Amino acid sequence: MKIIVCIKQVPDSSDVAIDPESGTLIRMGQNAKTNPYDLYAIETALRIRDEVGGTVTALTMGPPQAEEMMRDAYMMGVDETVVMSDRKFAGSDVLATSYTLSQGIKMLEGADLIICGKQTTDGDTAQIGPAIAEHLDIPHVAWVKSLEEVNDRFIAVVHQMSGHVQVSEMPYPCLITVDKDIFVPRLPSYKTKLSTREKEVRFLSFADLPDKNLSRFGIIGSPTQVDKMFPPEAAEGQVHIEGNSVEKANRLVALLSEAKIL
Amino acid sequence: AIRFEQKAGQADKSQWSGILVFAEQEQGEIHPVTLELIGEARRLGGPKGYEVNVALIGGEGTAERAEMLKRYGVDKIYAYEHEALGSFKADSYTKVMADCITRMQPSVVLVGATALGRSLAPRLATRFHTGLTADCTKLEMRENTDLVQIRPAFGGNVMAQILSTESRPQFATVRHKVMDAPERSAVATGEVVFCEVAEEMVSSAIKVRSVHAAERSCGIEEEDVLVVAGRGVKDEKGMELVKALADVLGGQVCCTRALVEEGYGDPTRQIGLSGRTVKPKLIVTCGVSGSIQFASGMKNSECIVAIDADPEALIFNIAHYCINDDLYEVIPPLVERLKQKKEVCSHAFSLS
Ligand SMILES: Cc1cc2nc3c(=O)[nH]c(=O)nc-3n(C[C@H](O)[C@H](O)[C@H](O)COP(=O)(O)OP(=O)(O)OC[C@H]3O[C@@H](n4cnc5c(N)ncnc54)[C@H](O)[C@@H]3O)c2cc1C
Ligand SMILES: Cc1cc2nc3c(=O)[nH]c(=O)nc-3n(C[C@H](O)[C@H](O)[C@H](O)COP(=O)(O)OP(=O)(O)OC[C@H]3O[C@@H](n4cnc5c(N)ncnc54)[C@H](O)[C@@H]3O)c2cc1C
Repeated sequence: MKIIVCIKQVPDSSDVAIDPESGTLIRMGQNAKTNPYDLYAIETALRIRDEVGGTVTALTMGPPQAEEMMRDAYMMGVDETVVMSDRKFAGSDVLATSYTLSQGIKMLEGADLIICGKQTTDGDTAQIGPAIAEHLDIPHVAWVKSLEEVNDRFIAVVHQMSGHVQVSEMPYPCLITVDKDIFVPRLPSYKTKLSTREKEVRFLSFADLPDKNLSRFGIIGSPTQVDKMFPPEAAEGQVHIEGNSVEKANRLVALLSEAKIL
Repeated sequence: AIRFEQKAGQADKSQWSGILVFAEQEQGEIHPVTLELIGEARRLGGPKGYEVNVALIGGEGTAERAEMLKRYGVDKIYAYEHEALGSFKADSYTKVMADCITRMQPSVVLVGATALGRSLAPRLATRFHTGLTADCTKLEMRENTDLVQIRPAFGGNVMAQILSTESRPQFATVRHKVMDAPERSAVATGEVVFCEVAEEMVSSAIKVRSVHAAERSCGIEEEDVLVVAGRGVKDEKGMELVKALADVLGGQVCCTRALVEEGYGDPTRQIGLSGRTVKPKLIVTCGVSGSIQFASGMKNSECIVAIDADPEALIFNIAHYCINDDLYEVIPPLVERLKQKKEVCSHAFSLS
């Protein structure tokens, strides 16, 4: 079985602030790391490979520095890594990012199973997985919390809905996005580090892709624009609730209802 | 499948008008976020005189439930009923919604940011080659029908204003309890449009094996609502009060270390430095002084309500709502009031 796991490099802390003058992002941490939710996706891929057999390829779209993230992916035990990097991909929103990734998947001759994390810690939309599935015209299930059955013909997964859990089965090729805690991600091992030191990270650019229509990529291919960013409104002042006990109780319920907390 | 050769930057905006709300049903019940989206759609569309229509997709009973929505000031309710739509399958729900969108040509499509909505909306927006803004907390419509969408990113540290100026429809997901639901009106104004469900729409690669009610996890980290018992809770009776409050709020009971030491608290539910770190939407502390060790495990909660007899208690430094009172006096009327409120709400929604 061929598994592709999509991972993204994110700032190592979501502790960012907005410069009040310029309205731009000030990043506290300068470093980048693998989106923490994607470690669950990698772990899931490795477990399925170890059970059913096959290979795991980690795929990302991002700047060339994403190579570092792929070293870590090798250390966890993935077999192959691919970084899609090109200035033409810059400024991509969900539609363009998912299209670019789907083109990368086509370049890799597809996969039986594609696994994404539940969301990232920067853009935070949780939209990329279902969007990739749509571009590839394959079924998907999102928010998978555990696997019920996996073999070389189909996968059955347990996934969360609002008040229910549903168990759904799909044949390959298909895509899942996995929730945190599906499995505990393994730590990169020193042994794997040594044995994968020579492994190469493959790079793909716009010129390598089957679709050469520039209007589908990067900022031109992105229908949404981040118009501006600003800090969230500061939490409202503290409320001291006065009166006798019954009045206090009633007042609290009214205030919480107004604030839509109830 | 229907494919749209529309690219970003090509929509003729005048061809797309009105607002379509996706009405989520789960196991035969309409999700309450639906009414909130209807309220918001009416507010947004009002100045333009926009139609507000609803798409209701589901299994048996869907047509009946469509009747219920007639009293919330909507124009049309497109009802797609088919036994194969009883459980959610992203591929077939996308086909049905695509049919509805093609029929109506809305300028805006609003979807609840629930597990189902966030699985469906990205697939659907992609099919129409258009933009989708996730988890909006505020929406406004410009004179030229561009939707100004505000959403948190970077874990809530940043708010972003997002626009899709060149493509239609404009898709947005919105969380439950962010927008205001309209009052139910005495007269039914909406019209139910029964839509044919073609076999092609229900054909799906996904097979639903089972659906069951989610068991409540006992991990307090995952809970939206927590009620904390501190040393101010002195006996079994106090614990019962705290439990009753948690029940009516739909949350879980947890405790301070002092209460674990007193023998009333469950150590797996201790919050703080040597316990769990939590960040619920609502936390109510009862007889908790608010020591640094305790506060470090809960100070990032979205809303903190503190009940304590000591006006100088440290907990009042971090609480959003402060009730300086005896917990044995204030919890009983609080539970009573919350029960009343719940009854009123469920009554309003079950009436058709
Ligand atoms: C403040 C802000 C707000 C934004 N809001 C929106 C918005 O509302 N709508 C919109 O269309 N765009 C938005 N964007 C742009 C969007 O974040 C990026 O386009 C990004 O490429 C995709 O989304 P994400 O980070 O939300 O990923 P998610 O959809 O949250 O990621 C889900 C999973 O998809 C996979 N994945 C995501 N990105 C990649 C990648 N580059 N390579 C490989 N795998 C990946 C991972 O498995 C990940 O766990 C926003 C950006 C910013 C900075
Ligand atoms: C290394 C270390 C780690 C620790 N880790 C933790 C931890 O993880 N979690 C933790 O909780 N603590 C921890 N502690 C203990 C912590 O310092 C406090 O002792 C503890 O949090 C106090 O718990 P409390 O607020 O329930 O009790 P108290 O501090 O005794 O407060 C009781 C409160 O109840 C009020 N009260 C009394 N009667 C009533 C009434 N009838 N109605 C209303 N209010 C009433 C009082 O006014 C008082 O404010 C730790 C301490 C150390 C040194």
